[in-house]
Amino acid sequence: MYARLTSALALACLISGASLAAGSGITDPQIAHIAYTAGVIDIEAAKQALKISKDKDVIAFANDMLRDHEAVNKQALDLVKKLNVKPEDNDISRALTKAATQEREKLAKLSGTDFDKAYVANEVAYHKQVNGALETLLIPSAKNAELKDLLETGLKLFQGHQQHAEHVAAMMK
Amino acid sequence: MISKLSLGALCGLVLILAGPPVRAETIRVTVEKLVFSPAEISAVVGDVIEWQNKDVMAHTATAKDGFDVVIPPGKTATLTVTRAGTFDYYCRFHPNMKARLQVR
Repeated sequence: MYARLTSALALACLISGASLAAGSGITDPQIAHIAYTAGVIDIEAAKQALKISKDKDVIAFANDMLRDHEAVNKQALDLVKKLNVKPEDNDISRALTKAATQEREKLAKLSGTDFDKAYVANEVAYHKQVNGALETLLIPSAKNAELKDLLETGLKLFQGHQQHAEHVAAMMK
Repeated sequence: MISKLSLGALCGLVLILAGPPVRAETIRVTVEKLVFSPAEISAVVGDVIEWQNKDVMAHTATAKDGFDVVIPPGKTATLTVTRAGTFDYYCRFHPNMKARLQVR
């Protein structure tokens, strides 16, 4: 729990730190990379849930995440290709990936309802975190109109997933 | 003979009272960027609601105790309205997508 808090905190600091420098710093190729990475992370989390969970609501939720994020990431790839933008790795993408890897390792040790509860709780927290990054950093910093538009749709999607995850979490109590 | 005549007249009267048959309408709703548009529609029993999904992800039009229509990405899905009422519906996959159907 402590480890999760600290890594979440570190990430939050990194995102808000980058946010302060938003005007000067983050570029469209980096934003595209972060958005794509955020999708990949949730796809990996869903695949893990599909392997471990036996709960039909959790499995249905994981399948929804897998389907949506794969579809949106394909759309994102098509867009960067069209715009001739090469997504560029950066500190935020690396921090997101690192935190997600730690979370997956932790979840891998759990099973049954312990896993289900931890997975869904993390889905709520993760989507909340990405929503924050989209609202305060990625959308305001994006320069290309089509990229901004895709991120805005992405925000609505992530907000929808957050509510969906909260609903699944409430049903498990 | 008389009874046959009056029966015929009665049938005619019923037909007149029923008036010309009302054609069912198709009411179209576009689903794009996770938004139902228009967000509020009204229909009469017998009308058809047609949702056109322009997104790359699947959506649903779901009303508790009402209906549950899956709208695949890039496709349309329809519902024939069978009873009156106000139906607040949403997408099961993205519950932040909300709209309303009023049926008279």
